[in-house]
Amino acid sequence: MKIHLPNSVWLGNINPFIHSFDTSNDEILEITSHEKWVSVHPVVLCMITGLGLFIRERNSILNFKKIEATSKHYFERMGLFKILNLKSEIKINPHESAGRFIPLQIITNSLELDGFIKEMIPLLHLKPEQAEPIKYIISELVRNVLEHANAKRGAIVCAQYYKKSNTIRIGVVDTGVGIRYTLERFYHPKDDLQAIALALTPGITGTTTRIGGTEANAGAGLFFIKSLAKISRDFFMIYSGRAIYKLLKNPKNKKPKLISDPLKDHFSSETDLPFWRGTAVGIDLCLNNTLNFNELLNLIRKVYREARKKQNKEKYRKPKFI
Amino acid sequence: MNIKLYDAVGSFAENKDVAREIRINKILPALEENKEVMLDFGNIKSATQSFIHALISDIIRKKGIKALDKVYFKNCNDTLKKIIEIVIEYMQDRT
Repeated sequence: MKIHLPNSVWLGNINPFIHSFDTSNDEILEITSHEKWVSVHPVVLCMITGLGLFIRERNSILNFKKIEATSKHYFERMGLFKILNLKSEIKINPHESAGRFIPLQIITNSLELDGFIKEMIPLLHLKPEQAEPIKYIISELVRNVLEHANAKRGAIVCAQYYKKSNTIRIGVVDTGVGIRYTLERFYHPKDDLQAIALALTPGITGTTTRIGGTEANAGAGLFFIKSLAKISRDFFMIYSGRAIYKLLKNPKNKKPKLISDPLKDHFSSETDLPFWRGTAVGIDLCLNNTLNFNELLNLIRKVYREARKKQNKEKYRKPKFI
Repeated sequence: MNIKLYDAVGSFAENKDVAREIRINKILPALEENKEVMLDFGNIKSATQSFIHALISDIIRKKGIKALDKVYFKNCNDTLKKIIEIVIEYMQDRT
């Protein structure tokens, strides 16, 4: 396998980076990077980590070419080399400001997630009302991995706060079975994109065909998270198997409206990407735009109610009189 | 029966495993004995929909919506109220 870290990868321009991922030989992983400057979204760091750990576990060869870019310290501070057990030879000044980031973490169980959520917010130095949606997103995404992904290595998480844009960017990645496999038992999606769309639809979960889910799963978590991104007019992406679904930024002159069908939303998608074993989720959340959480819940309640009515109607059969 | 949730989950209620334990070991047995259950959310700032779902959906599923006549939600802020309302609402119109 080969993966190259280019000059810049954010959710808006992530597709070329994914296209360049060569999955042809999983006996070796070669990671190269732009020689002058590399700046990447946290989801990219999580993906690199996921691939590195996958390779390590198989006792295959991990060939991480020395980063020459001047931004190489960022990778050290985010804990990439440490987590992959690589010697980076990059020195960080211990007196540097702590910054506002959550370094790469691996979460393998519920207890670790509990601890992580308690510890992460002080790292971001945010106000309680700003921290609310972030805790929510990380909890729901990581629990999805722990419950559905069957990922030996658990969930790989990291986040970064950008002061200038007042935006938090979050990545949660696993190298488990992927969304399509999880939904196959009850929904038989025809491809990875349809599987992602089902996972984003309120009321649909991989654990049952019953609308409303089981005692443990309601099928609402991803819809809540997509709604947060929509209302804050930000990017949200899911890459699983060969497909990517990317919620695009809502135009500023258009009032954001929550839509239960993800394929009717303002989005882009691709279905012929290099195969990602598992799921990668990236989200941006501008804290200027984030609607009051209570108002968002009102909107979600309304859309959820309408979606469920529609789903129930679709299940209901009327006699055909001819 | 008064169940103080903060002691088990802290100020952000998200641990579904804990919700499940409370449901199975405390709420359902109390309802079986026809007792009233007070779920005290005092000091809890927020919860995920998944937590609330794991805490109460199976009560409605197993015992019907009437079981909620004996369940009280105490000290809930607006956010918690809305999440609880969403869960109870969708549990009532499930097929």
